[in-house]
Formats: sequence, C-alpha cells, structure tokens
Amino acid sequence: MRTLLWLVVCFPVLAFAGMGEDEARHLLLRTGWAATPQQVAVYAQLSRAQAVDRVLDGTHGEAATPLPADLQVFTPPPRRRGELSEAERKAFQREQIQLGLEMRSWWFAEMLATDSPLTEKMTLFWHNHFVSSQQKVRFPKLLVDQNRLLRQQALGNFGTLLHAIARDPAMVLYLDSAQNRRAAPNENFARELMELFTLGEGQYGERDVKEAARAFTGWSIDRQTGAFRFYRFLHDGGDKTVLGRTGAFDGDDVLGILLAQPATAEFLTRKLWREFVSPDPDPAEVARIAAVLRQSHYAIRPWLRALLLSPAFWTPAHRGVLVKSPVEFLLGLIETLDVAGVDPRVLALASRQLGQDLFAPPNVKGWPGGDAWISSTTLLARRQMVERLFRANEAGSYAAMQPPTGAAGRDARLAQRLARGMDGFSVDAGVLDGLGRDEASARTRFASLTLAVPPAGDLAARDRRGFLQALAQDAAFQLK
Amino acid sequence: MQRRDFLTALSALTLYGLAPRAGAAAGANYRNLLILIELKGGNDGLNTLIPYADPRYAQLRPRIAIPRDQVIQLSEQAGLHPALTPLMPLWQAGRLAWVQGVGYPRPNLSHFRSIEIWDTASASDETLDSGWLARLFRQSPPPAGFAADGVAVGSNELGPFAGGGARTVTLADTEQFRRQSRLAGHETATAPNAALAHILKVERDIRQAAGGLGAGVQFASAFPQTPFGNAVRAAAHVAASPAGVAAIKLSLGSFDTHVNQPAQHARLLGELAGGVAALSAALKERGLWERSLILSYAEFGRRPAENGSNGTDHGTASVHLAAGGRVRGGLYGRAPDLAQLEGGNLPYGVDFRSLYATAIQRHWGLDPAGVLSGRFAPLDFV
Repeated sequence: MRTLLWLVVCFPVLAFAGMGEDEARHLLLRTGWAATPQQVAVYAQLSRAQAVDRVLDGTHGEAATPLPADLQVFTPPPRRRGELSEAERKAFQREQIQLGLEMRSWWFAEMLATDSPLTEKMTLFWHNHFVSSQQKVRFPKLLVDQNRLLRQQALGNFGTLLHAIARDPAMVLYLDSAQNRRAAPNENFARELMELFTLGEGQYGERDVKEAARAFTGWSIDRQTGAFRFYRFLHDGGDKTVLGRTGAFDGDDVLGILLAQPATAEFLTRKLWREFVSPDPDPAEVARIAAVLRQSHYAIRPWLRALLLSPAFWTPAHRGVLVKSPVEFLLGLIETLDVAGVDPRVLALASRQLGQDLFAPPNVKGWPGGDAWISSTTLLARRQMVERLFRANEAGSYAAMQPPTGAAGRDARLAQRLARGMDGFSVDAGVLDGLGRDEASARTRFASLTLAVPPAGDLAARDRRGFLQALAQDAAFQLK
Repeated sequence: MQRRDFLTALSALTLYGLAPRAGAAAGANYRNLLILIELKGGNDGLNTLIPYADPRYAQLRPRIAIPRDQVIQLSEQAGLHPALTPLMPLWQAGRLAWVQGVGYPRPNLSHFRSIEIWDTASASDETLDSGWLARLFRQSPPPAGFAADGVAVGSNELGPFAGGGARTVTLADTEQFRRQSRLAGHETATAPNAALAHILKVERDIRQAAGGLGAGVQFASAFPQTPFGNAVRAAAHVAASPAGVAAIKLSLGSFDTHVNQPAQHARLLGELAGGVAALSAALKERGLWERSLILSYAEFGRRPAENGSNGTDHGTASVHLAAGGRVRGGLYGRAPDLAQLEGGNLPYGVDFRSLYATAIQRHWGLDPAGVLSGRFAPLDFV
C-alpha cells in the first residue's frame, strides 16, 4: 500500500491510469458523432471498461424530441392508388414529400440533441438491417412507428425485435406480407428474413423460403387503422418443413427456428463488426462474440459490450479504417466545429445528397456502407458542403454564386435549397482556444485530437477558419 | 514507419491501383465504346419480348399477359411490349438485337447475390472480388490519356467497374462534375489503410476525368424529361468527351415488380426505349454510333407464372437487348419454351458471360479468357 502511494506520488500519470487520448478519440469516433478535445480529455482518464460502460449506460429507448402531430396520425387512402384522380395523386405526392421531410428532420433533430449518440447509431444500424422505405411504404406514420420500435430495442433484445418487426406494419407493407395469402404465397418477406435478417445467404434452401412463406400467410394490416392484423382465413395451417423441422408452424414458430440457428448470431456479429471494428471480421473473434449473444438469449447490450472490449476494437491497426456514413459525417462536422444555428431540415437534404436518405435506403439490403460511401459524386458533395458551411456568413452567399444546372433539375433545386439552408449555420473558430501555447501548436493538437488518422493533405492556412475548413475537407476527416 | 506498417501500406497501394500502370493494351480497340444499361430489380423478359403465339403465355399470366393485339410483332413467335415502340426504328434499321434465354447454371434468386454474379462474371457458387470490366481493364488497360476507364452515370454503384483498380468516376451531370472537381485534393500522403487509399484513389480518378471530359458539348437531339433521360443526357456528354472513355454504365429501375406489375413495367420499358432511342440519336449526331455497343443486363428475369398480387416473383433466364452501329439486328439465343420449365422457371440457353465475351472479343478485339473463367463463345450480333 505504501509502495503504491509512493508510485502514485512519483509518477502522477499512474494515478490516472486511463486509456489515454488516442484510445479515447477512437472510442468517441466509433460510438459517438465526433471526438472533441473536451470529451477526449474526459474519456482519456477512464479505463477501457469504464469508458465503454459509460457510453453504454448513457443509452436509452426513447427519443426526447417531440414528434410532430401530423406524423402521429394514420390516414387511410380514400381509394386504391391506381384509382386516384390526377389532382388527388398530386396532392398525395405533395403530402408524402412534406411529411417525409418532417419525419427526416425529426430524426436529425433527435440526433443533434441526444446525449447518447450510440442510441441513435444503433437505431440507424437496425434501420439499415430491418430496412423499410418510404419509396414503397407511403405512410410516414408507420415508418415513424417502426423507428420507435428500432430505438426501443436498439440495445434491447434482438429476438424481441425480430418478432416485433415481423408484425411491424411498415415491414408488412415493405416486404409484401400483406400480399402473402394461403392461396397465393408471396415469398418476399420469407426470403429476406433468412438472407438478410437472420441466417445470411447460403444457410438455407429455396424450399425453406417457400415453406416459411406459408407460415406467414395471413400476417397483414388493417387498411383502416394501419395496425397489424392476422387474417386466419388467409393463413395456411398445414405442415411446413423449415431447416429440417416439420410442424404446423406459424410465423413466430419460424422465427424461433431461425433464432435457434447458430448462423444467425454469427451473421449479426459480422455485421456489427463491420460497423464498429473493421471491414474484415476475424472468424475466431466473431465466433466468440456471437456466443455471447446466444448465451444472453439475444440481449444486445452485453453483445455490443463484448465487441467494444475485444482486443480487435482497440488495436491501433484498426484506427481510421472505417468510412463515416453521411449521417456520421454531418453530425461529426457539426460537433467538431461546434456549428450553431443548425436546421435539421437542411441535414435531411444534405444526407440525401450524400447518399443516405433516411427512411429510404436504396433497397432491402440497405446502404452497402464502407468504402462505397465514397464515390467521386459523394466525395465532391462532402467537400462542397464544407465549403458552403464556411462561406455561409460571407457576403454574397454561396447560393447566389452557383447557378443551378438545367440538366439535373431536381438535384439542382435540392443543391440550391441546401445552399440557402446553410446560410444560417455558423462555425465556432473558438474550438481551438486554449489548446496550445501558440496558434500553430493549437492547430496541430486539434487535428491530433479530432482526426482518426493524420491528415492526408496540407492543412496550412493563413487564418483559423481556413485551417478548420481544410481539416473538415481532408480525406482523414471522412474516416472514423 | 515500422517495417511491417510499411509493408502493409505497400500492399494497400498495390491493391488499390497505385502500382505503376501497365502500358495500354496492344491490339485493343477501346475507341469502341460500350454502354451498359442495368435493369435493376430483375426485368420481366416474357413481357418484354413476348412469346405471344404460345397459348401457354396467356395461361400462365391470366391477369398480366400483354393482349396479343397490343404486341408489336417481330416474328411469327415473338413481339415487343407496346411501350417499346420507340425502339422500332432501330429494329427496322437492323441495329437492334434481342438475345433470349440469358442466364447461368444453378441460378441464384437473391437480387444481391445474383447481381454480384453478373457484375463479377463469376459462377453461381464462386465469389470474386472484382467486376468483370475492372479485371479486363487491369489485364488490358485502356489508353492512359482516357478520361476514365469506366463512368457510372446517375448511380453511386460501380457494378462491373468495382475493385481491381480501374479508373472510374460516378457522376450525375458532366458540367456539375467539372465544376466540383476543383474540390478534389492533391494529397501526396501514402495511405495507412485501405479506406484512406480508396479515398485518395477516388480523388486521382476525379482529377483525371475532369481533365478529359470535354466542356460545353451541345446536342441537337432531345432527351426525355425523366431521371433516366437526364442520365442518358449525361452519358451522351461523357461519350462525346474528346479524351475518350472505354465504358459507361447506366441504370434504370426498379423492375422488381412483385405487385401490380402492368403499369409500373410499362412505364419502365417506356423510359428504357425512350432513353435508348435518345442515346442512339445523340451518338449518331457526334459520329459515335458506328463505334458504340449498348447492352442491357439484370440480375435475373421473372417467373413465367404470375403471382397472386398482379405481379411476378424472381425468376431466372431473361431477354437482353444489344443496339449500336456495329450490331447485326435480329433475334438471338434460345426462345422461351414455356412447356419446359424447371421448378416453374425458364432454363437458360445463353450464358450471360457469352454477352460479355461478345463485347470483349468482337467489340474490343481482346481475348476474354483471362477475364472470364472458362470459355464462353461470343454471339454473332456483333
């Protein structure tokens, strides 16, 4: 004891045997929106386990941002879409666009305001797993309800979530369960359930898909209320054989069979790994962490904890090996530069332009993510957004300088709206204050605390705003 | 830098195409342009080129069959969906071919797996990590002065260009791309990891393409006022670039018509036909038509029997179009035999890799052997 006290006195660093700044930055970039100097300073003092538990303890199951009233009501369409008049169709389309923007803005407002970015990241993770899109589900209220479910179980229980998703009205519409009837089974949900939600490709046969589809016949929604409804007379009560088991299964039985397959936990773990650790899951570690998920009966929190405390998460070789998604890029930009005056509607449009239109993933497999986030189109769009952000308050704003191109009319209008929207944003150059004894060392220190890897380009600039712009436009800023 | 890190960085560089580029392939005719159109979601071949004379066609599709009197007859057996009318001038000029029964052995009915098989030209049970064109361009590089090896228009998906270090860009509008390209960095850093290497490669490809894509080409021909029409316009501008590109990829969708197929399918086929007609007019205007080959592709066709939702589920073999000044028009491949279905689906008659072999061998004058694993005979439409 006396020796220990002596050690602490002589080597004060031992008294704060925290993980240090590099690891703090890494954890914050992976589980939060950004690593800011203030947060890095706090987390650097903690051990890995303390820090991971602190991030996990902050998660919650409900959004704090109030939901706009018109997203809380379900309006059944007066008639089938094909029978609407031209005027009705246009009015319906306008309403879709307006409610769609409200819905996206609401989620971005929550992501901006939340004290637990990890909650939103995991909600987004499940949104990209159990995909449903407004492209097909033209009832924003149902998509918002699904979002609430995803958040409730974001760090809850995967089994509970899977059973709830199978009867989630947005999913029922998105994957055609509503069309799945005894007389004419529709395989869409059954196929994606096995391929994308649980087992992964190659772990089942065509026959399993066909038989499972029969088990979900009659799972539909009430067209008047939009609520889930089971229609017994459309259900096929006969025997089905799924993955070698035979019985008069219903949908829940099939979900149970899929959850009992070891392949499910491994498939999910590889996906979680690619989200939080690296593009290349390590098979032995995946097996170990998948076992945690199975042993906890699909509780998500201990599973994520095991992943975040695995040596692979912390190895320096894995720092900065993941590309930030558009959502992570935008929220990271705002937090890193302490941007004020942010309008969440602008973020919704910006994210769409960068390739991540929330509530509308490109297809049932979701956004491919990883390196695919960066193409020439999206990289240039990221750079241009940063440029707009820094020109926002300059006289003759960017909006006025960029004539829209005639060819891609919709894109041009979107770009113009974005440019105008960003005029209200302002960067706080004070983020560098107090970081070094002079400007040069403050800049160097800010870059090393916020960027996952050293900058790829030259950040030299005459003024501080120029430096911050170069930092946010650097290739390294795209990484986490 | 530690030795191990250095080696890792070095291998990342090689993998991601920083390795010195081999000289342009001898004998290759990359001045011939390939334009691919992906029909995303899986196009219903039987309602595209319709076996109208076969009574089984209407029997299998009591609700969604195209009535015989609306079919544009091309032969005694087969005819086009009426929405494809804008393609008829190309057909009459003998510059439009339809290849029937295109597929592959042991078909996979997952969208994602099957398009991966098509993009990488793999066998059904084989996983390859690079696109077939990326492999071709690595083996036989297009000229170094080209604006790009491949350009994906209107989509962020590189498809057959992905992996393998091909010089590729995605863009929606050439003017916008040129304006924005000044934002590409000039980093000289060596990349410590694959993700950063990828970003730096994207920047190099942007700089190269921006230098090569010509400015201010004006077309007299009109383009459809649709998102696909905009993509076709951009493709025409890319095709007209003075520096040259080897291949362009467009995409149109979604053809995944599980529910209420007729109206959606008619709209999509109309967009396709209008787009191809506009593209051919624009290419002719610039004197490029004689050097161009337009090919459609998709992950699969759809099931011959309609489903209970006024639509069709995932199927197997399908029909694809080839158009261009070098195309010998007509019907090719194996016509669908609706009496000989396998598990309710059409067996394939032409391996999709034969389409690719035709492009590689007949259009570009290259040997497909190193790119396609196995021998696939080219077809005679070029």
